Amino acid sequence: MWTTILQNIFNALQWGSFYSMIALGYCLVYGVLRLINFAHGDIFMAACYFAFFIATALLLKIVGGGWLVFALTLVFTMLVTALLGITIERVAYRPLRRKGVNRLYVVITALMVGFILENGNLAILGASALRFPDILDKQIWQIGPLTITNLKVLVIIAAFVVFGILQFIVHKTTLGMAMQAISYDKFAIPLMGIPVNRVITFTFALGSSLAAVAGILFGMSYPVLDPYMGMIIGWKAFIAAVVGGIGNIKGAFIGGFILGFIEIFIAAFFPSSFKDLVSFIILLIILVLKPTGFFGVARSTKI
Amino acid sequence: MMKKRSVLLGVFSLMTLALLSAGGAKENTIKIGFNIPLTGDSPKVGEGAKYAAELILKDVNAAGGLDVKGTKYKLEFVYVDNEFKAESAIQAAYRLIDQDKVLAVVGPCGSGRAIPAGQVNNESRVPMVSPWATNPAVTLNRPYVFRACILDPVQAPAAVSFAKSQFSAVTKTAILYNLEDDYCKTLAELFRDSWEKTNGAGSVVAFESFGQKDQDFSTQLTRIVNSGAELLYLPNYYNHIALIVPQAKDLGWGDKPVLGSDAWGSADLVTLSKGSVAGYYFTTHYAAAGAVGNTKAFIDQYKAAYGYTPDDVAALSYDSTRIILQAIQTAGLTGDLTKDREAIRAAIAGMKDFDGITGKMTFDANGDPAKPAVVVRINEAGEFEYVTSL
Repeated sequence: MWTTILQNIFNALQWGSFYSMIALGYCLVYGVLRLINFAHGDIFMAACYFAFFIATALLLKIVGGGWLVFALTLVFTMLVTALLGITIERVAYRPLRRKGVNRLYVVITALMVGFILENGNLAILGASALRFPDILDKQIWQIGPLTITNLKVLVIIAAFVVFGILQFIVHKTTLGMAMQAISYDKFAIPLMGIPVNRVITFTFALGSSLAAVAGILFGMSYPVLDPYMGMIIGWKAFIAAVVGGIGNIKGAFIGGFILGFIEIFIAAFFPSSFKDLVSFIILLIILVLKPTGFFGVARSTKI
Repeated sequence: MMKKRSVLLGVFSLMTLALLSAGGAKENTIKIGFNIPLTGDSPKVGEGAKYAAELILKDVNAAGGLDVKGTKYKLEFVYVDNEFKAESAIQAAYRLIDQDKVLAVVGPCGSGRAIPAGQVNNESRVPMVSPWATNPAVTLNRPYVFRACILDPVQAPAAVSFAKSQFSAVTKTAILYNLEDDYCKTLAELFRDSWEKTNGAGSVVAFESFGQKDQDFSTQLTRIVNSGAELLYLPNYYNHIALIVPQAKDLGWGDKPVLGSDAWGSADLVTLSKGSVAGYYFTTHYAAAGAVGNTKAFIDQYKAAYGYTPDDVAALSYDSTRIILQAIQTAGLTGDLTKDREAIRAAIAGMKDFDGITGKMTFDANGDPAKPAVVVRINEAGEFEYVTSL
């Protein structure tokens, strides 16, 4: 019994880490633009594919993999995915924002961007699933009755590091302050001489590179890639962000883990087919009791 | 405004043209439909079916066409993607029957799609041969639906008796299956019942499920590892196996045996799961390694054309297509679609000892062939080795 619970705590920490990292991306964009970027799950999917190609190319040069390949893949994937995020913002969202259309249209555009990414991938790479290369040697550690892999530990550490860095950027740097300021009042801020568009570009780059970190680690943990892999996990991470209080970084981070723990522990103690049903009923109850999420603040306009 | 209208008109006339040309069948061609998954979760299944059919198409058309009672007919194959989804398989079935007006249909490949599409084909009285659907419901009470493969009620007890002879000390088993697929669910239940009959009540110590889009199986596997199970049965598609097996090993399953079903038998299984499935066994329809005669000729031809060993979906699709062609030759063609479809159905039902590359086939009253299940071992080189037939 205790073995199962302890083992599942680790399972939940790993699974929750992915939700958290993706939820943070939702939260950043929402915080600054009040836009639910539904394409974020598919940006995460694209990141998995970028990481696949970069790692495969690197592994041809550096035989056997290891930490160097991991670090290089991480950096390059973050760069490429950030570029993708910026491009999407430029092509799809900024023109709409310039016209000053209702936020609803931007949300629908985001949904469409997601579909374009999925089907574009399907059209370019074909339908066959890809096998993510083994970048790091997997080690299985036996600690008492527990079995833990180095990858699992890496994923959990990465989630906390990402959260720490993000907290630092948002609260301690000028750009972060500008992001918070735009989130507070989009119309008064340009008058203060803050370049709104540049801050928004930076937000998208940052959010997308978070998806990139999640993407690489996800590819390493669940090494079968397909074009629709980002859809469900993207939606669930969005729900996690809402439960935590969307727009609040700490909320999104904790929301991811809450969802991870609920899902894993429901599956552990109920028939596994109840997993999603019961998890989402619990989340619904949380939202009924606290509609703004755990760390959210009530706002007058919402979508 | 004018310009827009003329563009619209152009598009409309093109569409009408396309519809007309699709509707009007050409003289002396035989149209066969394929309802197969070219995209979606298991695209390799559709690819194998299509590639095998293309081999027949090329051979027959190169010889001037199919000889039906003295007249040569060119073959035309229509491939419709069912995206590995039940709804799309129904859509594809209607499209092939109403729009493309095919004589007969090959596919859908798996039971999850073949059960709903079989309903459509049976109601529309269009003969259908499913290459790879093993669930009993596919052909049950459907005179127009046939299959070229073994059934789950054959496969599951075969897996149990193989486990009994191969791992004689093993009594406790765990099962993990995809709840959203009829094939996986039925097979899991059949295996559970058959196992408990052999090893006594309570010998299935874990009976766990997951969803089609799941990627993390750690909770279910934690429970299975801690349940004391000595054998794991995974009646799931290859794309899930590639995720489940490494995760099971990470959680401490170790070197204990894992047994699979015929949905493992895809050319992509070893690519996606790398070495993790080496040494495992699964029940299936044919084994490529060590094949002889016509089977070997097919394997060589397929390998030369596409660069990899055909899996059982490809072999069974090849047989299914040839069953239909042979039935057409037996029945003859009148040009009346309804009459011809009826005659083809009767010809398939009356077929005796059809000499397929996956074995001899004679269809029973349900449209199922009596064939043995083959047990295959995945060796260290990633090849499927023949072990035994049951």
